Amino acid sequence: MTEITLVEAVNLALMHEMERDPAMVILGQDIGVNGGVFRATVGLLEKFGSERVLDTPLAENMIAGTAVGMATQGLHPVAEIQFMGFIPPTIDQLISHASRMRNRTRGRLSCPMVLRAPYGGGIHAPEHHSESTEAMFAHIPGIRVVIPSSPTRAYGLLLAAIRDPDPVVFLEPKRVYRLMKQAVEDNGEALPLDTCFVLRPGSDITLVSWGAMLHETQQAAEQLAGEGIEAEVIDLATIKPIDMETILESVGRTGRCVIVQEAARTCSVSAEIAARLAEEGLMSLFAPIRRVTGFDTVMPMFRLEGHYMPGTERIIDAVRQTMEYA
Amino acid sequence: MNQSRAFQIEYHQFLDPDGVPVGDLPPLAEETEALQALYRNMVFTRLYDERAIALQRTGQLGTFASSLGQEAIGAGVGHAMRPEDIILPSFRENGALLFRHFRVRDLLLYWGGDERGMANPKLGDDFPICVPIATHTTQATGVAFAIKYRKQPRVVVCLLGDGGTSKGDFYEAINLAGAWNLPLVFVINNNQWAISVPRNLQSRAETLAQKAIAAGIPGVQLDGNDPIAVRHYVAEAIEKARDGGGPTLIEAISYRLCHHTTADDATRYRSEEELEAHRRLDPVPRLRRFMERRQIWSEEQETRLIQACQAEIEQEVRHYLDTPPQKPESMFDSLYAELPRELQAQRQSLLGKEVNHD
Repeated sequence: MTEITLVEAVNLALMHEMERDPAMVILGQDIGVNGGVFRATVGLLEKFGSERVLDTPLAENMIAGTAVGMATQGLHPVAEIQFMGFIPPTIDQLISHASRMRNRTRGRLSCPMVLRAPYGGGIHAPEHHSESTEAMFAHIPGIRVVIPSSPTRAYGLLLAAIRDPDPVVFLEPKRVYRLMKQAVEDNGEALPLDTCFVLRPGSDITLVSWGAMLHETQQAAEQLAGEGIEAEVIDLATIKPIDMETILESVGRTGRCVIVQEAARTCSVSAEIAARLAEEGLMSLFAPIRRVTGFDTVMPMFRLEGHYMPGTERIIDAVRQTMEYA
Repeated sequence: MNQSRAFQIEYHQFLDPDGVPVGDLPPLAEETEALQALYRNMVFTRLYDERAIALQRTGQLGTFASSLGQEAIGAGVGHAMRPEDIILPSFRENGALLFRHFRVRDLLLYWGGDERGMANPKLGDDFPICVPIATHTTQATGVAFAIKYRKQPRVVVCLLGDGGTSKGDFYEAINLAGAWNLPLVFVINNNQWAISVPRNLQSRAETLAQKAIAAGIPGVQLDGNDPIAVRHYVAEAIEKARDGGGPTLIEAISYRLCHHTTADDATRYRSEEELEAHRRLDPVPRLRRFMERRQIWSEEQETRLIQACQAEIEQEVRHYLDTPPQKPESMFDSLYAELPRELQAQRQSLLGKEVNHD
């Protein structure tokens, strides 16, 4: 088994599924000859040809709409948007069509498409390249939003997303694209969607995060263990729909919860988790739920992004404050 | 190097407003059955429109978009398509849909606020009515790609209004259709009003068909109140696309004789004089006069046709009114292929509420 990066795991999953499923096509800007700006689609054009690996004109809305049309005909399109900062034009297609095609035709037509995009800050990219707007998608009924945090999760969750009969927005934490390597077996085994993964068991506090922020969250958990605080770390993975059962069960044991996200705070995924814990888990809480998040500001250009993005220290501070409640 | 190019947009018409030929007629003009089918569709559509508006006015239907005055476009497009082709309609294409497998009961269910109107399995790959403007144009490119990818001898027809041509979606779609040489025909139903905004405020472009030039595909303008012209040129574009000849953009010029929808009052923004001028261009009497002159239509046939259409429509209205209501929990039942565990509790809470009300 070779050790590969997250972006290589994305490539491996695409390669595997295109081999297995002749109905799968990929489309987007620069995904063919160039292999994608992050090289997620490298080698696919050579292997599957220009009938299945489609370099499109530059128009994100069109890429999403074309994928919707393809999907209604039983193709399995995987569309790439180069950066999440350019994803807003696709929202019309996702909210007005992809998410409701099955419902408005009572299942006569459906939309088994995947929209992939690298997201998040931390790579010193230009303006409009570092956004983390996953909550906008999480609000849409009828779709799934999936965010892997590591190479193994990227491989298994992307396979699941492509095989899912409904539309999936698959957001790849680009800060982690080449940050770490893991042994990934190309066995074609998908990981379950709509399910959290417990990355580290613990009894004192539950830390919930997703995507790139799990790395700071896990580092924080390591340091806290040195102080005698055992944190349970949960990788949310599918942020729509959220697996609250796993989170409620964990918080039921630990009585404390800190949610960590890179995105802006208001109306975010962390807000939803906190609300659900307040509604359904209040009696097991020993302390207020705390959130460590980006600010309700425009994602700053890269000189300030380090100040915007939650770091290990902010997470540890939040945990310590939470632990002060008896 | 500077290079200049000259472009021109052709305009086609076979019948003048009195139904008199303006030049050589296409073979279709000799096909009595085809002409009568076009005429029947236009009359049926008009009577269905009237009935739907009456249902809306009596609280038995939601907001409805009539196609009064534009029946030649629906009839021409619907008749030109083969059953295996795929239509992506906007919300004012009743006539075209009635040539497909859409039934009056389906359309009434839809406008009556019930998703089952777009569910009839006989509709095959035909798309549901698209309410957002021009968003379906880019879906049409995806559908056309899929049938090309599978090497199927099918063609996609996407209908939109003149207002839709102001949207980026429209340009993005015709551009891709050209770049990928897709089997796709776009038909602009230019009824000259996008709710209250007239055609001349929509774009300074002299024709809407010329927008095709920027996408490198053929664009043609038709008298959209001439059913023979619509049927002939749409069929020509469809067959060209079927033979691998790529997409065409057709601008069919008509006029919306009705309000935008039953929720609109067009007297706020346009004059009775303008309306009156366009009533004289009505496509229905135009084809009738042509057929009468050819002696393939009579007063007696007209009476029988209207009676038959009305009887069929009444039967369909009865079906619609007798359809049992959707169950409240059905809003969950087609949302995902399999309802995620997280939503099952919400579905259950709705069921519980329903039980309490009983």
